[in-house]
Amino acid sequence: MTEQTYDNFADHYNFAYLDEQTKRMIRRAILKAIAVPGYQVPFASREMPMPYGWGTGGVQVTAAIIGANDVLKMIDQGSDDTTNAVALRGFFVKTTGVEATTKTSEATIIQTRHRIPEEPLKANQTLVYQVPIPEPLRKLEPRETETRKMHALEEYGLMHVKLYEDIAKYGEIATTYAYPVLVNDRYVMDPSPIPKFDNPKMHEMEALQLFGAGREKRIYAVPPHTKVESLDFEDYPFEIQKFEEPCALCGAENVYLDEVILDDKGARMFVCSDSDFCEDRRENGHVGHMAANPITESENRGADA
Amino acid sequence: MYVAVKGGEKAIRNAHKLMERDRRGDRSVPALELKQIAEQLYLSVSRVMSEGSLYDVELAALAIKQSRGDLIEAIFLLRAYRTTLPRFGYSEPIDTAAMLVRRRISATYKDLPGGQLLGPTYDYTHRLLNFKLAADGELPESVQAEYDAAEEIPRVTDLLNAEGMMEPDPQVPSDAVVGDLTREPMEFPADRDIRLQNLARGDEGFLLALGYSTQRGFGGSHPFAGEIRFGEVDVDFFVEELGFSVPLGRMSVTECQMINQFQGSTVAPPQFTRGYGLAPGQAERKVMSMALVDRALRCRELGEEAVAPAQDEEFVLSHSDNVQATGFVEHLKLPHYVDFQAELELVRRMRKDWQARQEVEAAQANGPVEEAAQ
Amino acid sequence: MTTPSLGLQKAPAPGLKNPVHDAQKIFKVAMNALARPGSLQEMPELGLEVPAPLTQTVAALALTLLDYDTPVYLDPALAQEVDVVDYLRFHTGAPIVALASDAAFALISDPAKMSAISGFAVGTDEYPDRSTTLLIAVDDMTNTSGATLSGPGIKTETEFDAAPLSPAFWPQMIANQTLYPLGVDVLFASPTHVAGLPRSSKISMKEAR
Repeated sequence: MTEQTYDNFADHYNFAYLDEQTKRMIRRAILKAIAVPGYQVPFASREMPMPYGWGTGGVQVTAAIIGANDVLKMIDQGSDDTTNAVALRGFFVKTTGVEATTKTSEATIIQTRHRIPEEPLKANQTLVYQVPIPEPLRKLEPRETETRKMHALEEYGLMHVKLYEDIAKYGEIATTYAYPVLVNDRYVMDPSPIPKFDNPKMHEMEALQLFGAGREKRIYAVPPHTKVESLDFEDYPFEIQKFEEPCALCGAENVYLDEVILDDKGARMFVCSDSDFCEDRRENGHVGHMAANPITESENRGADA
Repeated sequence: MYVAVKGGEKAIRNAHKLMERDRRGDRSVPALELKQIAEQLYLSVSRVMSEGSLYDVELAALAIKQSRGDLIEAIFLLRAYRTTLPRFGYSEPIDTAAMLVRRRISATYKDLPGGQLLGPTYDYTHRLLNFKLAADGELPESVQAEYDAAEEIPRVTDLLNAEGMMEPDPQVPSDAVVGDLTREPMEFPADRDIRLQNLARGDEGFLLALGYSTQRGFGGSHPFAGEIRFGEVDVDFFVEELGFSVPLGRMSVTECQMINQFQGSTVAPPQFTRGYGLAPGQAERKVMSMALVDRALRCRELGEEAVAPAQDEEFVLSHSDNVQATGFVEHLKLPHYVDFQAELELVRRMRKDWQARQEVEAAQANGPVEEAAQ
Repeated sequence: MTTPSLGLQKAPAPGLKNPVHDAQKIFKVAMNALARPGSLQEMPELGLEVPAPLTQTVAALALTLLDYDTPVYLDPALAQEVDVVDYLRFHTGAPIVALASDAAFALISDPAKMSAISGFAVGTDEYPDRSTTLLIAVDDMTNTSGATLSGPGIKTETEFDAAPLSPAFWPQMIANQTLYPLGVDVLFASPTHVAGLPRSSKISMKEAR
């Protein structure tokens, strides 16, 4: 079925795979999520044709909002080329026939796993996050019955204790990704496993942010222009990761970088995690200190697998 | 040299082609036919139908073939297909007392109305590899079932019930709506209807281990296999427009009623209580495990203290689904390098701090000597 | 919450011409309306013919969001029209409830006479999503006068008003806001546009109304 086209698919399945009743149910959950920013709305997540934990929540949210005129960008780890991003993009191209793009600026819907694009998003865009564990308190309290009460009572002391214990033990808050945020001064929310580097981008973002957790059956949202604060303490303010060198390919600074191991002797380079951002900069003449080593299709090991 | 992982699409296509080739295996060996799977691997088919929540022998056989016999993968395939099917309504409850029984045993009475009927079972076989099968040995002679198929066989629990020794079947108001965990997110505490649905779809291995743990004292129950029966039941559908039920067909099911001693509470006299298991097809191990876990999970309702894993409703129900579990465990295969990078940076920094502290401490350890000397 | 069999006297007016794509467009309008409170989101051209006093925009929202899982409350003007009831039942299957507090959605065709907002479901502390969403038919909406809204979805603040509304409406919505994160959410539906007023919006009235 991998090579089936949209026309072929449409003979057997509904637009965007989900049946209309399921879409309605998800759409209602999305509306509630928007009305109560950061609150996790339970929804009757369906079994999808990809495994739980591989983006079923994001896929269901995207399938519920996508229309024939949308332009979809699908990223995983900041890149359009990672295997699961490729697989999920293929799913939507096949089931909706929509146009797909790798350009952040051209997309109307961006589904992501683990990153927020470097380029600021705009009002006509929606960012859909794939979420593995939507409950920010889950690592501290495994029981849903308990965490639900804590959210109801706005009882987040446990979270602050955990962060403070980190400081006592390590001299800093030892959470580097899925760093909890407070949304609209009310709900503590899991931003999905994005690096904390990306947390500030959520605050007052122009675009609507929707979060889907398929296995855990939760949808939540951050509307545009909404206050999103990373939890911290006055004497230990929230800080994002800093990289000592710029992107080796495009020279960008203040972006999130992937570390690439070059040999078995410890040589490494740092390159933009956001592949579209990096390519765009290189097209516009920005050159990093190791850019002489071009990426060509002939060196394309992935294709030989 | 830095090689960006590009062209993932082609790589994925090729990987799937490789998988398809391996699935087929040596082409000089005839391909499996669905009929062969359905007829000769029926216990696998049963498990896939049960945990895949779809009663369709042929589709289950197809899923097993497509998944190379990986039953969890087959269950997943069936579930994903099932969600796309339109739902017309809910059947009437099946009546297992009216089952056309092929096998029925009770561990609680030597003899009882309807008798003990061993039927098709591996019980009491000697577990010796049958090399005749390897040599494609001769077919066993056909066996004629020796029972009157038309006879209804009363359930053991009903017999006990007549004596008042058994807790009665729970009485549900006629307008009560049975929950549907495929249509609503799970909520805790969960009622028994939802719990049983969850267990019916739950992983056989997980339930087996949990059921076993209750026998070994983790949740101390004292179960007797009141009855296990396997056979065919009618499935009826009430048609609103007609005002009466019409038969849709028959399905094979296995049912287990475990009987547990109960010492009574302030509200209930000493009596026997039930643990219940039901699954499509022939699935004895599954329904027995399910019945043990069902009984363990009734601790809240029966006023027992929940002390063991099998009694922990949220723990059991949240982790029983093998499609969810395998997805999340296997998602660790997906790239995580953004988060790993974040952790690398943190650990490097913490190691630097640690080293700096060690040096300071070492210096301090030498320090006081000098101070003392002054 | 039982729905008797339809027993229609005549065929109800047709529903969405393209149920899949029309519903997606209408939902997008509703989503944007709630995500950007007070903004006027333009409805697509649908050519719906709906029984009065149901309006085309309210009907479109109802057909998009309602089904057998969503108990719906109809205001008296709608509830007394058999054609309206038949239309909604036939196209959505939603059970019609008499009690406002049982409703997942409420359809209001005569907002000047709307019953008290406090009568609708506001959710619970643990499940604030179990609340009523009001779909209110209005003639006009404006961003140049009325209540001043701020909060999620609004960059600084925005003005918003709709007409007709009962004089009690804004004071009741201000009271609703104090229940946050509980409360009702509102979608206003004019003949051409939809605007949202979720419970998260802070409302202030500049001048006495």
